[in-house]
Amino acid sequence: MTDHLETTLLAEINAADSLDALDAVRVKALGKKGLVTGQMKGLGSMSPEERREAGPALNQLKNRINDAIAAKKAVLETAALDARLAEERLDMTLPVSPRSQGRIHPISQVLDELSEIFADLGFAVAEGPHIEDDFHNFTALNIPEHHPARQMHDTFYMRPDETGERKVLRTHTSPVQIRTMQTQTPPIRIIAPGRTFRSDSDATHTPMFHQIEGLVIDKDIHMGHLKGCLEAWLSAFFEVEKVKMRFRPSYFPFTEPSAEVDINCTLRDGTLIVGEGDDWLEVMGCGMVNPHVLTACEVDPNIYQGFAFGAGLDRLAMLKYGMTDLRPFFESDLRWLQHYGFQPLSVPTLAGGLSS
Amino acid sequence: MKFTLGWLKQHLDTTATLAEISETLTRIGLEVESIDDPREALAPFTVAHVVSATQHPDADRLKVCMVDTGKEVVQVVCGAPNARTGMKGVFAPSGSYVPGIDLLLKPSKIRGVESSGMLCSEREMLLSDEHDGIIELDADTPIGASFAEIAGLDDPIIEIAITPNRPDALGVAGIARDLAAAGLGTVITPAITPIAGDGPCPIRIETEDQDACPLFAGRLIKGVKNGPSPKWLQLRLKAIGLRPISLLVDITNYITHDRARPLHVYDAAKIGTTVRARRAKAGETVNALDGNIYETRGGECLIADDNSPLGFGGVMGGEDSGVSEETVDIFVESALFDPILTAETGRRHGLLSDARYRFERGVDPGFVVDGLTLATQMIMDLAGGTPSEIKIAGKIPEDAKKVTFRPARVKSLGGLDVPAKRAQAILESLGFGWSEGKDSITVSVPGWRPDIDGEADIVEEVLRIEGYDKIPATPLPRTVEVARSTLTLDQTRARAVKRRLATEGLYEAVTWSFMDSRVAQYFGGHDGLMLENPISSELDMMRPSILPNLIAAAGRNNDRGADGIALFEVGPTYQGQGIDDQAHVAATLRLGNKTSRHWREAAGPVDAYDAKADALAALEAAGAPVGNLQVYDEAPAWYHPGRSGTLRLGPKKILASFGELHPAIMRHLDVEGALVGAEVYLDAIPQPKRKSGQSRPALHLSNLPAVERDFAFIINRDVAVGDLVRAALGSDRKHISQVDVFDVYEGQGIEPTAKSVGIAVRILPQEKTFTDKDLEGICERLVAMVEKATGGRLRR
Repeated sequence: MTDHLETTLLAEINAADSLDALDAVRVKALGKKGLVTGQMKGLGSMSPEERREAGPALNQLKNRINDAIAAKKAVLETAALDARLAEERLDMTLPVSPRSQGRIHPISQVLDELSEIFADLGFAVAEGPHIEDDFHNFTALNIPEHHPARQMHDTFYMRPDETGERKVLRTHTSPVQIRTMQTQTPPIRIIAPGRTFRSDSDATHTPMFHQIEGLVIDKDIHMGHLKGCLEAWLSAFFEVEKVKMRFRPSYFPFTEPSAEVDINCTLRDGTLIVGEGDDWLEVMGCGMVNPHVLTACEVDPNIYQGFAFGAGLDRLAMLKYGMTDLRPFFESDLRWLQHYGFQPLSVPTLAGGLSS
Repeated sequence: MKFTLGWLKQHLDTTATLAEISETLTRIGLEVESIDDPREALAPFTVAHVVSATQHPDADRLKVCMVDTGKEVVQVVCGAPNARTGMKGVFAPSGSYVPGIDLLLKPSKIRGVESSGMLCSEREMLLSDEHDGIIELDADTPIGASFAEIAGLDDPIIEIAITPNRPDALGVAGIARDLAAAGLGTVITPAITPIAGDGPCPIRIETEDQDACPLFAGRLIKGVKNGPSPKWLQLRLKAIGLRPISLLVDITNYITHDRARPLHVYDAAKIGTTVRARRAKAGETVNALDGNIYETRGGECLIADDNSPLGFGGVMGGEDSGVSEETVDIFVESALFDPILTAETGRRHGLLSDARYRFERGVDPGFVVDGLTLATQMIMDLAGGTPSEIKIAGKIPEDAKKVTFRPARVKSLGGLDVPAKRAQAILESLGFGWSEGKDSITVSVPGWRPDIDGEADIVEEVLRIEGYDKIPATPLPRTVEVARSTLTLDQTRARAVKRRLATEGLYEAVTWSFMDSRVAQYFGGHDGLMLENPISSELDMMRPSILPNLIAAAGRNNDRGADGIALFEVGPTYQGQGIDDQAHVAATLRLGNKTSRHWREAAGPVDAYDAKADALAALEAAGAPVGNLQVYDEAPAWYHPGRSGTLRLGPKKILASFGELHPAIMRHLDVEGALVGAEVYLDAIPQPKRKSGQSRPALHLSNLPAVERDFAFIINRDVAVGDLVRAALGSDRKHISQVDVFDVYEGQGIEPTAKSVGIAVRILPQEKTFTDKDLEGICERLVAMVEKATGGRLRR
């Protein structure tokens, strides 16, 4: 009787083709009203002897049926998963949702690079207004009215204000030198980057451009330090071992002695390479701060002296990153920004490299 | 400043090569801009003999010439009317480049006749505009000789840039002096010997204004013969770009460039008996040499006789009193004019001249009489004549300027150790005087160096001749062992905002600080922001906002077919001319669709919420307390009034505005499409509170599970959802950690004046898990607070 029952049930388990069918067999065998359960209930009416014999047999039967169901269940589940997996397919070649990244303008990037270099040299970053007065832009810088040097600057003027004063758009970042010396006591080490304005327009001149000014004032700073400082930062900026520099005597009203600085470069396959070769490229003007300028800022020229330099920030960017025309810097053409701009998270650091 | 090598060598005895001279000029501050060696361009051109010139069989105007080049006889078809048998001319063989017509010569057939090479005109060699015929050379000119050589065109032309402080280098003699000081030879400028005149000068000379014209010297020279200059003089003037005019004029031009000493020659027959330097009255007329008539505004320095102005002193002479071929007696002027007044007069009337260029930079007051003597000598040598004595008005300038100099300053300021003896040698070779006192040295400054006024200038003189390249580079002493941060709060904020906005998909733009006032007026522009001399009318006002520049940029990109344009700029705006009127603003702009069409994303135009998100991103990056901001629905007038807002800390402190741009402004700016923008006022963001250190407060985390409950409220359409959220959050600050709006619905099933807002509320137990009763209490209070704040009701 039990043998037959077991054979039948095992056959049914084996034949179950789904988890539901298997569960139906389980209920049929082991449910409250199941066949095996029914036989187990019959144990109560048996004599102790019969029960001693039939009880373990029924228990073993129940275990075997349970095991068979579990085994079959595992098989069916695997099959079901396989079937599901066979169904569940995504075309992984489809494009993902766009997460667009913008770009950082080369001027910002180069400014960050320079800030990083100059932080290491102990220079703070100073700023000043773009709409300047005559005193800070010219007079204090030893450019008196009627001085021919004023004609060197194609100055933009504002319409006179209600007091009749005619402001200028600063023609260089040098007024920041003046403002810094007027408010700080030496020693001073600053760079002053920012917008500057001259009435000029061609491939390498735009009516607005960016300069970076440097100023160091202390008791015993001399022209050798100026050379050392420029050599250090230009080498760091162009990421070469050591740029070759040429100092040419020049003239700026606000420095004495004054120099223009060339660095070595070469043209290879139409690309300008800075820091190699024997050609010269002018990069900035510099010199020892003119005693008249110190006096105008109420800094005693008998105690303090120092140097200043000024370079074109956009020009530095062009030389380093190979743009040949300045005008697109200010045209906001997305194609240009995409090409010459920088990834937002490529933040220049000394440890990670400036342009890595 | 241009000069030729041969000219320089009249003042400098040197064995240096052209390359050495060029390198030295740049090294001592006379930067070489170009060297033009005509020998190179003229190398192919040689002297040739036209053996025969016969009529071309098929062309009336052409001749067939057999030309002996000295090497061979070639056939050349020539169109020049003066080509003829027996003449000597200039020949360019096949294969040579003819600069005047930009042509590489090749053998060819002209009207069927073979032609090889070319007989040249002056224009074809870029020597002049002369093109009436080919060049004719003297009969005894050797065949095959280099044309450059026999024409005296073998003198290299050097052009140098002169900084405004070096008027002395506006004469070849001054350049020679510098080069000699730099060790490149010896100065051989001839000395000037006074010329005794024959009787007093009959013309009275006066200077009425000692400031305008401190010194005026002149003399009459009788019986000169004007005419073309000798060839050497013409060549020299042509080489530096001057047109030879007549001997007398050419002599003054020559001395201007040779000695930086401008002069003027008058036809004595055309001027009165008194020549006077005086200030102009308003409304006088000057008939200047350039052919134009100028009306004085008053105050200019004029040279005048008793009748009328003869010219602008130091700037330009007059047409009516100038010399001509017929001139017999001349009056020669050598004067000093005030630099500032000269510059002003020149600027005022738009007059440029070699004289003005020199006088406005400063002309050596010690050379006024010498210059006159030099001119007299040249005139007598080349044009004959008998000079009168010199007459002088005004004062011969005082003694030389003196500067105290401590030789040790070359080291302490210039960084280069130069012995005092060497410094003395350098200064003396530059014409400075050297006198040793007890503690210091007094250096006297030569008259041709008006720029020198202090010790630093003397240091520069010594350094530039000794060589800037000898100054050893010295590292700047380190101030700290490890570099500290050096940026201000404003700068670090700007940096962070830029990087953040770029990660949000926006491209950084840098646009002009100025813009079109006609556009600026819609963005708060006013007359106080106008430029007096804009570069163009499109850039005539300082920008009161960055947005219009970004809108224009977006429009240009749109025209090129870009979509989903997203730009930002972090930069200045200007509300007035004062220092405090310049603000630091981060502006963002989006135009068109959010993204390009995508299989997974619902594409759609950008809206005001995108601008709000950009503003919040920028504010967060700048460290603003984003969680405490209030949203007001008023925004500046350039935004859509119903789809814009401001983010504030309290009612008065506006940190940002954002929204759709006003449709009327878009029409004015001619932009189409969805256009949204934001402006974040970086200066308005409060400074972070000073902390005592970097350590953060201890973190207490609860392991108890959070509970989430959803609510839907029906509120009036006009009620701000922000108020609902704030009421929900405020109903139990201790336990409610987050309220998210997951649904806003208007339409069917809701009364027309209302909307349904669904919120998900996150409730965090603090010490123990919530009982059902706890939760019920929190939810009831929330519903009550929201209903009270919004006048709405819970949707059941």
